This record gives sequence, C-alpha cells and structure tokens, in this order.
Amino acid sequence: MADTLVSVVAPLEGVEPAAVQARRPESSRRAAFTVPSFLGLVPFAAYILLFLGLPTAIALFTGFLDGSGSFSLTNIEALADPVVLNTFGNSIGLSALTAVVGSVVGAACCYALIGTNPTGLLRSVVDSASGVLAQFGGVMLAFAFVATIGIQGMVTVYLRDSLGIDIFADGVWLYELPGLVLPYIYFQVPLMIITFLPALEGLKPQWAEANASLGGSRATYWWRIGIPVLTPSFLGCLLLLFANAFSSFATAAALTSQGSQIVPLQIRAALTSETVLGRENLAGALALGMIVVMVIVMTLYSLLMKRSAKWQR
Amino acid sequence: MIEPRPLTRWLILGVVGLVFLVPIVAMGEFTLRRGLEGGYDFSRWIAVFSGGLTGEYKGVLTALGNSVVLAVVTVAVMLVILVPTMVLVQLRFPYLRRAMEFVCLLPITIPAIVLVVGLAPVYSVVAKMFGSGVWTLSFAYGIIVLPFAYRAIQANLQAIDIVTLSEAARSLGAGWTTVLVQVLLPNLRRGILSASFISVAVVLGEYTIAALLNRVNLQTALVIVSKSDPFVAVIFALLALVFAFLLLLAIGRVGAPRRKRSLTGASS
Repeated sequence: MADTLVSVVAPLEGVEPAAVQARRPESSRRAAFTVPSFLGLVPFAAYILLFLGLPTAIALFTGFLDGSGSFSLTNIEALADPVVLNTFGNSIGLSALTAVVGSVVGAACCYALIGTNPTGLLRSVVDSASGVLAQFGGVMLAFAFVATIGIQGMVTVYLRDSLGIDIFADGVWLYELPGLVLPYIYFQVPLMIITFLPALEGLKPQWAEANASLGGSRATYWWRIGIPVLTPSFLGCLLLLFANAFSSFATAAALTSQGSQIVPLQIRAALTSETVLGRENLAGALALGMIVVMVIVMTLYSLLMKRSAKWQR
Repeated sequence: MIEPRPLTRWLILGVVGLVFLVPIVAMGEFTLRRGLEGGYDFSRWIAVFSGGLTGEYKGVLTALGNSVVLAVVTVAVMLVILVPTMVLVQLRFPYLRRAMEFVCLLPITIPAIVLVVGLAPVYSVVAKMFGSGVWTLSFAYGIIVLPFAYRAIQANLQAIDIVTLSEAARSLGAGWTTVLVQVLLPNLRRGILSASFISVAVVLGEYTIAALLNRVNLQTALVIVSKSDPFVAVIFALLALVFAFLLLLAIGRVGAPRRKRSLTGASS
C-alpha cells in the first residue's frame, strides 16, 4: 500500500528527487505485485470469518431471537432471572476463588524458580508439566480427582481407614459445585506459572545491583522494587486465571453428573434439552452474558499488560 | 539478591510438587487395584492392551484414531493457512501485524462453549459440503489452537530477519515459492515444530466442541467409558497425560534456542 502511494504521489510533485527517480522501476514493480499479495491474505481471512467470526456472531445474535425466529428481548431479559443470576454468581465466585488461590501459589512457585537455568532439566519438567495441566487436562483432571478424592479415591480411603476422617461426612460434595474448587486450582496454579514466570524474568539484575550499592537489603529490594514493578503483571495474570476458570467446561462436564451449577453447564443444558426456564435460544443469551464478562476481564488484562510492559523494555 | 535462599526454593517447589503429584499417583494406584479382594496387580493394563483393536475397548481405540486424524488435519490446516499468512504479513503488510495478533489471540476471549453455540449451524452447512466425517472438526480446532500456534511461530519470526533473507533469495532469482519453501520454512522450523506439537496436545485433550457437536474423539469416548468402566478410562487418561507431557518436553528441547554456555553460566 505504501509503495502504491509513492508511485501515485511522486509524479504530482513538480521535481522528483533523484532518489525517488532512481527507485521508480523498483517501486512500480512492487506496486504491480501488491494486488496478488493482498490475495494471499484471503484464505486466512475467509477461514477466520467462517469459523471464528460467523459462529461468534451467530452465538451472540440468537440470544435476540425468539422460538419463531423474530426479534425479541425475552431471552436477554432471562439473564436477569434468579436462576441464571445465581449460576453467573456461582461461576464468578468459583473463578475468583480459584484465581486468587492459583495466582498466589503459582507466584510462590515462580519466585522459587528465579535463578534456575531456563534450559535446565528442572525448568523443562516444570514448564511441560504446567503446560499439560493448564491447557490439556480437562476431562482427564476430573478422572484424576475421582481417583484421588472420589468415594473410593486414594486419599479418601487413606483418611478414612488410617486417620478415621470421613471427608464426605456431610454428603458427597465432589460432584457438586464445591467439588470443582480443587480440580480448578489444579489447573490454575500451572497456568500462573506459565504466564507469570516471564514477568519475573524481566526483573533486571541492574535493579538488584542498584539496590545493593545503595545499601538496600533483600527485603528492601522486594518491597521497593520487585513488588511495585510486578504488581500490574500479577493482577493481569490473576485476571487471565479468572477468565480461564470462567470459560472452562470440560472438567466440570466430566465431574458433575447432574444440575447446571455454572454457566458453561447451563449452556450445555440449553443446547441439548431446550428446556432451561422453558425458553428456546437461551443458549445464545447465556453466551452473550459470558462474552460480556470475558470482554471486560480481557480488556482489563490487556491494559494491565501494557502497563507492565513499560518495565520490560 | 533476587534469588530465593536454597532452603526456601526447595521447600516451596517440594511442597507444591508433592501435592500436585498426589492426583497423578492416585490415578496410577486406582488402575492397579485388584477389585474387591484388595491388593494390586497389572491385570487391567494387560486386559486393555491384549485385546487390541478387536477387544472390548475397540470404541476407545477408534476414538483415539479419530483424535489422531483430527490432530494431523489440524496441524495441516495451521501449516497451510496460518504460516504463509504470517510470513506474508511480516514481509509485505507490517502495518497489519497488530491486527493479526489481535485476531489470533481472540479465541482466548471467546470460550469454546460460546463458540460451539454458533458452530452448530455452521457445521450443518459444513456437513453438506464435506460430509459428516470426523476430520471436519479440524476447522474448529484450527481456531482454538490459533493463540498457541501464533505465539510459537511469531517468536520464531521475530528472531530471524525474514525481510533480508527473502530479498537475498529474490535477488538471486528465486521465485516466491522457492523463497517460502527453501529459505523461510527451514529457518522457521523451530517455531513450526513447537506450534505443531502444541496443536497436537490441544487437539488430543479437546472435549467441549466434540461433545456438543456429537462427534467422537478420545475425550468424549473416555467420558462415556468412564460411566461403565472407570478403570479403563483412567488408564487411557493417564497415558494421554504422560504423552502430552512428553510432547511438551520435546518442544522445550527442540523449541528453545540454544543459549551460549557463558550466558546460562552467569544467570544460574
């Protein structure tokens, strides 16, 4: 595009600078090339439109349609229904709790990893294990927790037979909302390690040297330099963890057998049975609600990340 | 100064590491149980692998085959659509880089469960055009692996000077296909390899889209099997987790640029 502009604008100027004149054959050759190279972007653009843009638009748009396909706000109004509000409350509460626990524990792990060789064995193992648990666990993490704290789980049986503690004395909570907390923390901590560790690596050795040469201690370094510099990225990672838990579906779907305690499960119920609150197209309205929460969280995230990038130049 | 004391470091890593190992160990313990009479043996593992493709776990193995096909097609979609576009943007449309990044990271903001609400109508059209083969899911999977693949390839793109490389090749008379295949791809193999590995791992672990579009892949099959035979489900889950772990470990080994010894020596 810029090349086309040069070749269009240059002849209008009365006197052409020698440099432009010398470059003309080159630039006009490039201008001729601009049309086909734009075509090179078409497959990707078409793919994104068809499989990302269109589905998202449909998901958001169907919330505004009633059963017969005409425009209506009744499904959007259903978002204010106590049942739906309660589900959103559950989702937000679960995500917030596991994000806070996950980010604190994960940040502690990142701190413990400072100074380890980035290409060494320890870091390779931690990185890979974190990657697996944070991104690819899903259903399999639900199985892991059934094997651990299920009714016949290893830890449940051990606590019961050896210590006489029955973790399900008040009923089996693993397959309900409280049962999601531990599996969620199990994938939140690794995600924190993956996302927060680069920020810690951005701490410049010169700051520690400056602190030391001015007579500061380890504590002064963290209180006056480390924590203030890292706070924006810590909060950013906290939000990312929140978004991650809020949008997570597989673990909950594999673990909870009945009921729709969180929003993604309610979307599934709306998609498969169409009887949630006796409405059609409620899935679209719920999807809209989820997107609104996600957009707010991710916008704040990118603002915080911009702020933290200031220190990483 | 910044580094934690060794005791603090190993205390944190040790405690968190042990706690995180418990569920994995529990999965192993679970699969070795010998039923009602107690004790442990390998009978369930032997049963899974002795039957082969004709045994009673045929369903899970077929689903595993489906997932492998999906992984291969998804990587192909990524290589054919994403990689050339990223190279093109880097070379000819630098002002589109931010837009490209925004688009590629967008799937993080749009949860798979939301995407699937809109994918259902799209897939009723796709099924008419391409049939209802399980591989068509790869179009949707190409979207969910986009952020991972983009990051891996972009890191590689920024590390090499592809403008100079391609101009050098062009000035020696190479056509654009030659430039892409013989000059740029070899330089990008690290990024492409790690993007492919991450995509494979994501596809093997994917449940949401397959489950709600009623397709069979490894994860949906595991959920179904777990209702009747939880032991077999846990065996396959454990194997899949270990496989994904090894895959990512391989990325770490292949993907990381080799640093000079003096640098790592100074930092550790």
